[in-house]
Amino acid sequence: MKNTMMQKNKKNGKKSFILLGLTLITTILILMLMPEKSPEIIETSLSYFKQMALIFPAILILMGLFTVWVSKEFVMTHLGENSALKGIVVAFFLGAIPTGPIFVAFPMAQALRKKGASYTNIVIFLSAWACIKIPQELIELQFLGAKFMLARLGMTIVFITIMGVVINKLLKNEK
Amino acid sequence: MKNIIFINGLVLILLIFSLIKDRQKTKKSLLIALKSLGKMAPTIISIILLIGIMYAFFIDKIAILFGQESGILGFISIALLGSIVHMPALLAFPLAGSFLDKGASISSVAAFITTLTMIGIVTLPLEIKTMGKKFAIYRNGISFVIALVIAVLMGVIL
Repeated sequence: MKNTMMQKNKKNGKKSFILLGLTLITTILILMLMPEKSPEIIETSLSYFKQMALIFPAILILMGLFTVWVSKEFVMTHLGENSALKGIVVAFFLGAIPTGPIFVAFPMAQALRKKGASYTNIVIFLSAWACIKIPQELIELQFLGAKFMLARLGMTIVFITIMGVVINKLLKNEK
Repeated sequence: MKNIIFINGLVLILLIFSLIKDRQKTKKSLLIALKSLGKMAPTIISIILLIGIMYAFFIDKIAILFGQESGILGFISIALLGSIVHMPALLAFPLAGSFLDKGASISSVAAFITTLTMIGIVTLPLEIKTMGKKFAIYRNGISFVIALVIAVLMGVIL
């Protein structure tokens, strides 16, 4: 399991370098062959680079801090045992804190199901993990603005909760 | 600028808090951050360059593809694109922001981001293996519908 994950990481690493190589070559070719486009490319890229440089280190440190301070065991013991409303809030919170990539979340969800957590909480946990992670929301705040981020976050929370309840009903009825 | 100060301030406070509580753990988390920066750097640079190239060549096309004029069909194809494409969410936001700056409609940007993060075609096999076929189909299917609803509402509200 660990081995295949490491292999996957290596493969992804290679892919990102190939992507970088291709974009670098393309950019250099464009800059050389179409100098009239150069100022715009350089200006735009620099402006985005500046924005990234100003927030990305902070985001990565935030993720590092959570990885170290909040263990998988902590998440597992606190999720799934609570009653309806409290369970939902806890599922959102534990899903949103940055503790790893999504493929870590699925085995956790499976274990939680075996422990007796409701489908509602599992759907909320997985969906929160995928789409309202705290670092993601902060980047959204920076690049899309507070109004956009807050509106999308609010609606996402409402609809994920509804989806959790619906899926719970659907799967229960079938059994 | 306000957002930059807010984000950095928030993290700084947490970092100081962590440092007071446990030096060793704080060191470890900084190392993790550094490592992930190394891992993500090539992709970050690629995305930044691609945004630059896109600006220079396709500015007017973005409005056509992602704008109001593209209609329902355009809107749904963007949502489908978001479901299929697999890229780090952290890097999708700068890209989406650049679309918005260049005349894309709020709805289509919201649809792209929401489907991109909520729906995982790449992780679908793992989801089926761990949670069952029905669960995975329900969750991804309903997520797609929800993403469309959220996107339309975003367009109405903002």
